[in-house]
Amino acid sequence: MDNRFKTYLNTHIHPAPLAVFRIGFGVMMLLSIVRFWRNGWIETLYVLPKFHFSYYGFSWIKPIGDYTYLIFALCGISAFLIAIGLKYRLAIIMFFLSFTYIELMDKTAYLNHYYFISVLSFLMIFLPANAYFSVDNLIKKKTYTSIPKWTVDSIKLLVGIVYIYAGLAKINSDWLFKAMPLKIWLPSKYDLPFIGNSLMQQDWFHYAMSWSGMIYDLIIPFLLITKRTRLFAFGLVVFFHVFTRVLFPIGMFPYIMILTALIFFDTDFHLRIINVFKKALRPLNVDFTALKSEVYHYRRKNLVLPIMTLFFVFQITFPFRYLLYPGELFWTEEGFRFSWRVMLMEKMGNTTFKIVDAETGQGFLVDNSDFLTSFQEKQMSFQPDFILEYAHYLGDHFKSQGHKNIQVFAESYVALNGRLSQPYIDTNTDLYKEKESFRHKNWILPFHDEIKGF
Amino acid sequence: MIKKIALVFGLILMIGCSSSDDSGNGGDGASDNFDRATLLQNLADNIIIPSYQDFGPKLTTLKASIENFVATPNQSNLETARNHWLTAYKAWQHVEMFNIGKAEALNEYYFFMNIYPVTVADIENGVSSGNYDLNTPNYHDAQGFPALDYLLFGVAEDDAGILEKFTSDPNSQGYKTYITDVINQMDNLTQQVITDWTTGYRDQFVNSSKNTATSSLNKFVNDFIFYYEKGLRANKIGIPAGVFSTSPLPDRVEGYYNSEVSKALTLEALNAVQDVFNGKAFNGTTSGASFKTYLEYLKVDRNGQNLSNIINAQFDEARTKIQALNSNFNEQVITDNTKMTTAYDALQRAVVYLKVDMVQAFNISVDYVDADGD
Repeated sequence: MDNRFKTYLNTHIHPAPLAVFRIGFGVMMLLSIVRFWRNGWIETLYVLPKFHFSYYGFSWIKPIGDYTYLIFALCGISAFLIAIGLKYRLAIIMFFLSFTYIELMDKTAYLNHYYFISVLSFLMIFLPANAYFSVDNLIKKKTYTSIPKWTVDSIKLLVGIVYIYAGLAKINSDWLFKAMPLKIWLPSKYDLPFIGNSLMQQDWFHYAMSWSGMIYDLIIPFLLITKRTRLFAFGLVVFFHVFTRVLFPIGMFPYIMILTALIFFDTDFHLRIINVFKKALRPLNVDFTALKSEVYHYRRKNLVLPIMTLFFVFQITFPFRYLLYPGELFWTEEGFRFSWRVMLMEKMGNTTFKIVDAETGQGFLVDNSDFLTSFQEKQMSFQPDFILEYAHYLGDHFKSQGHKNIQVFAESYVALNGRLSQPYIDTNTDLYKEKESFRHKNWILPFHDEIKGF
Repeated sequence: MIKKIALVFGLILMIGCSSSDDSGNGGDGASDNFDRATLLQNLADNIIIPSYQDFGPKLTTLKASIENFVATPNQSNLETARNHWLTAYKAWQHVEMFNIGKAEALNEYYFFMNIYPVTVADIENGVSSGNYDLNTPNYHDAQGFPALDYLLFGVAEDDAGILEKFTSDPNSQGYKTYITDVINQMDNLTQQVITDWTTGYRDQFVNSSKNTATSSLNKFVNDFIFYYEKGLRANKIGIPAGVFSTSPLPDRVEGYYNSEVSKALTLEALNAVQDVFNGKAFNGTTSGASFKTYLEYLKVDRNGQNLSNIINAQFDEARTKIQALNSNFNEQVITDNTKMTTAYDALQRAVVYLKVDMVQAFNISVDYVDADGD
């Protein structure tokens, strides 16, 4: 076994798949940044809000006013450098840092696929994605004929984890036996041509979508790995992601996943793609043939392999941290993020805050729109860590305004997956006294229902 | 090859669709029979336009009686103007929530009609200097029904004093001009809104039933909830009761100077809201397509009953709580504010039902949040 593992680590393959992946990744990221910028979201999400919701322990990461644009510029430039493979190692580190910084600035905009990009770009720091068909090759006058096979496999593994965990998360009673939340979402797509007023309204279709979504997520990595089913699987990937793109506002994510799935194809396929690129580059007179060619070997293998091992151990265990918390995961959301739980909930809330003078008992309600954007208010209203952080912000704000003996109480109602809205936060808990931590928040009221499953 | 695969899936999808047309007649959740255009049509033809056509003439009557009063300021003309003010103010409660189309395009029609409390200093300065511009935001709180409330009921201690302001007062001409300008502005804007509804906007409204942030269906739902939350719940009850301030603000009630109608106006507004929710024709007994029937169509059952029943029950509870209040909220706040906050709580629970449960069931965008989802 040990021997076989060593043999595996020493197995080499052609670097073309990783090169194509690098180019695709860089281009997609560049497009994502440009799109984000053009939509004005840097302004509306990061520059305009007075207050930003931070991740626990990362409150030092904040937007930096108009300079926030520089972070996005840096991120975009590094994405471009990654695509062309110029100063790749530096570029991917820069990309990982800037992209992750952006994601940590305000958790209001948290998306699983942003987390995926952060994780993937971290992994790519350790991969020789510039070993082939890169500007770095031209500068160093050196190209590589092979790279360790595990480098390409590590991306496949990460993608596999994402799909499988997303599939596991769908094995729950709401998703499978109530077709929730698709039963809420699909009928509202009545505008779609052709299927809007027919399929989207059918009960059986909601169930069919729920079940096939779960099965798709669980088996697609295996279908992609197996040569015989690969082409079929890729067709499924294209269909599935394009279909979800039509149904839901999920931006660039479907295209990124489609491109990512190409990593499963063999070297021939990628060489053909690179040949297309080479033809396109012909007018530039770029010559890759005159380069010295070598086999790629890690210089710091003893450092990289343990890091990779730790990385994957983390990826596999971290999503299960919710088991450490009591209560219903969908209700408390303790351990919900960073676990590939995608599109599982239709959850909305309405949360109002009362600032009370502990001595007189007198108090007043806060108009949330005085402090939050509508997007922030929406996200805050059903997530306990947002509610707590905002309560502290309000307490501090009114303290600085000269109010005394401040207590902050929240009255919150939340509706989850088609259940009637019900009280969410203990109205007798002074949230200004509660501290954020990784421990269970005992001021979240019980859910009074059960969702079975992962 | 990849293209072929995509093509095959496209075909499968099409086959799936066409076969569902054949089998779509039986079983639950058959094809979408709910026609949102019918909902909008019912709103426009049976509620919105009739409400405006009720309000418009009442406002014109008020205008005539104010002109009469300005021409001959005596006790009887004052009484007539006051009566017509109340009639029009009640009718206004049925249209304030329709902040869509021309009403919205006028930079919020209701800003010029019902922002209270009035800033008395602005009115008095305007009266004495003749220097004011009702079209600017600075004068939102110095015109409309609240300004008439002040001028007809509160400009002096008693009726004799009020009449004096329009007769022997050195500024009497100023008062006459100001009140005339206020009612002319109200009438002018109202006619614009009504004309727009009856000459084209109605069709545009009815035909925009898509689920997009700018469709009239989505905007109407947003406006409806916004009005209920802000215009009704907060302005009429919450703010005077001190829910949003460290202490109660009894002078913030609607119709403060008249001092007898704040409850009547609030009840009128609540009825209007509930009728829109149920699609009940204005001044009629029939009901048509509405949020209620939409929720029923979607089978939004919660705790064993349809959400529309829960919402109606909550409206009814709020009404009972409001009916228990003094007809003068100002007095109610001063004597027993807990009754006010109880009414506020009942109204607030319905905000949650509308804003969370109903919006979730319709799955429409409540605001202009523009970002990707997961």
